[in-house]
Amino acid sequence: MIRITDISHQIAGQEILHRVNLDIPQGGLTALVGPNGAGKSTLLSLVARLLKAQSGRIEINGKDLSQYSHADLAKLLAILPQVLTSTHRISVKDLVGFGRYPYSRGRLGPQDRKVVAQVLQSFELQQIQDRFLDTLSGGQRQRAYTAMAWAQDTEYLLLDEPLNNLDIAASRSLMARLKTLAKQEQRTIVIVLHDINYAAGYADHIVALKAGQIVAAGSPQEIVSEGFLRDVFETDAKVVLAGERPLVVV
Amino acid sequence: MLRRRFFWLVLALIVVSVLFLTLGAKGSWSFTLWFRGQKLASLVLIGGAISTATILFQTITHNRILTPSIMGFDALYVLILTVMIFMMGASGYAQFLKVELFLINLVLLTLASVALFTVLLKDQSSDLMRMVLTGIILGSLFRSLVQMIQRLIDPSEFSVLQSVSFARFNKVDADLLLVSAVLVGLTWAVIWKMRHRLDILALGVVLPVSLGADPNRGQLLVLVLISILVSVSTALVGPVAFLGLLVSSLTYRLIPSWHHGHILPAAILIGGITLVGGQMVLERILHLETPLAVVVECLGGLVFLFLILRKGSA
Repeated sequence: MIRITDISHQIAGQEILHRVNLDIPQGGLTALVGPNGAGKSTLLSLVARLLKAQSGRIEINGKDLSQYSHADLAKLLAILPQVLTSTHRISVKDLVGFGRYPYSRGRLGPQDRKVVAQVLQSFELQQIQDRFLDTLSGGQRQRAYTAMAWAQDTEYLLLDEPLNNLDIAASRSLMARLKTLAKQEQRTIVIVLHDINYAAGYADHIVALKAGQIVAAGSPQEIVSEGFLRDVFETDAKVVLAGERPLVVV
Repeated sequence: MLRRRFFWLVLALIVVSVLFLTLGAKGSWSFTLWFRGQKLASLVLIGGAISTATILFQTITHNRILTPSIMGFDALYVLILTVMIFMMGASGYAQFLKVELFLINLVLLTLASVALFTVLLKDQSSDLMRMVLTGIILGSLFRSLVQMIQRLIDPSEFSVLQSVSFARFNKVDADLLLVSAVLVGLTWAVIWKMRHRLDILALGVVLPVSLGADPNRGQLLVLVLISILVSVSTALVGPVAFLGLLVSSLTYRLIPSWHHGHILPAAILIGGITLVGGQMVLERILHLETPLAVVVECLGGLVFLFLILRKGSA
C-alpha cells in the first residue's frame, strides 16, 4: 500500500499541495482527477521520488520512501512521465528491454528476454517491435513506453496523463489493457486522468484533488455525481448512468 | 548493417593512417615512422577524446547540439592556466614539470566544471536555446577574462600562454603524450563499463529515475570524465570549438543506434579519421599551410548553424 501522510509542497513560494493524507489501495486502477493545477502531477512526482518531499511522509509497503535505494525502488515502483520524447531513435524492442534495467543492468539474460517477449505480446507490439520510436504514431508510441514500464515488473505503476494526444480508439484500448493486466497480475496502477469519463469508465477507485487538497475518494459510483462536478470542477454537467457506471454528458 | 559500417570505419582509419605515415616520406624510414607515428597516435587520441567527451555531454544534457566546447569547457581550461601563470609568474611556472602542471590543471578544471555545470544542469526543465545562450556567454566570458589577464602579464609569460590558447594540430607535445594516453585509456575504460547506464541516462529526466539509474550521480561522474578528456585535448592541441559537434553529428547519422556500446567506438573512429585524414590531405596532398584547425572549425561551425536553424524551424 502507498500511504501518504500530511504532505505539503510548495513550488516557487506557491503552495501546490496542502496537508494531503491518502491511502492508495492495493491492486486495481486508481485514478487521480481534478481541475488543472490541482496538484495531481506534483503528488505523483512526490510518490515517484522525482520531487523531494518538503514535509510529511510517504510510505510504500510500510517503509519510508527515503529509505529505499534507487535500485530497489525501481523494482517496486515505475513512473511514466506526461511528456515522452518522440525523437528517440530506439527500436520498440530495445525500449521494452530498457524496462528490465533494474534487474539486468543492461545485459539482458534469458529471464529478461522472456519477460520482454511476453510484454511485447500483451501490448500487441510484435508487429512493430523493430521499428524506431520516431516512426510510430502517438498511440503506438504511448503503448511502447507503457510496455517498457510494464516490463519493469513493479508492484506499483504511476502514469501521468497517458491519454494526452491519443484518439478515442487508442485511449480506450490502452485503458482496457491496463485494467485487464492490472487484474491479471495483481498490480496497482495510479493514473492521472484529465477526462472524468475515462476515470468513471475504467477506474476501480477515484481520488479527486482540488487546490492541493483531497476532496473526494471512493468508487466511481460513489463519487461521480452532478454535485461532485459542481464542487470540484465548477461546471454544471449532467450525469447519467450507463449500465452501472456513471457517465458525464459533455 | 552496423557491423558493415564498423568494418568500413576501421578500414578507413587504417587507410588514412597508412597514408599519413608513408606519403611523401624522405630519408630514413625508421626516423620518419617514429616521428610520424607519434603524431598519428596523438591525432587519434585527441580525435577520440574530443568525440567521446562530446557524446557524453550530449547524452547527459539530452540534446545533440551542445558540446563541451560550446559550453565553454576548454575556455575554462585556458582561463585556469592563465590565472595560474599570472599568479606564479613565468619563473614560478618554469619550476613545475609540464606533466605536473598539466595534472594540477586537470584537477582544477574538474572541480570548476563540476561546480559550474551541476548548477547549470540542475534546472532540467531548461530549454535548449537558453542552454546554448548560457554556454556561448560563459565561453566568451572566459575568453575575455583570459584576454584581460594577458594584457596584465609580461611578454615572457605571454609567450608561454600563447602556445596553449590556440588550436594547433601539427605540433603536439611529446612529453604529455604518454600521460595523456594513459588518462584517456582509463577514462575510456570507465565509460565502456558504464555504457548501459548511459543508454538509460540518455532517456531523459524522469525515466532514468524510474529505472533506478540515479541521474544526479551519473551526471556527476560523467562531468568528471568529460573534464579529464577536455583537459587532455586542450593541453595537447589547444581549444577546438566545433570538432566534437562535427564528429558527433556524423556518428549519429552513420550509426542509427541508441546503444553507447555502438555510438562511442564509432565516434572514436570517426574522430580519428577526421583528424588524421584531414591532416594528411592538407599536409601531404594539398601541401597547404592552412592549419587543420581552421578547416575543421569551418566545417563544424556550418554543422552547428545547420542544426540550430533546423531546430528553430521544426
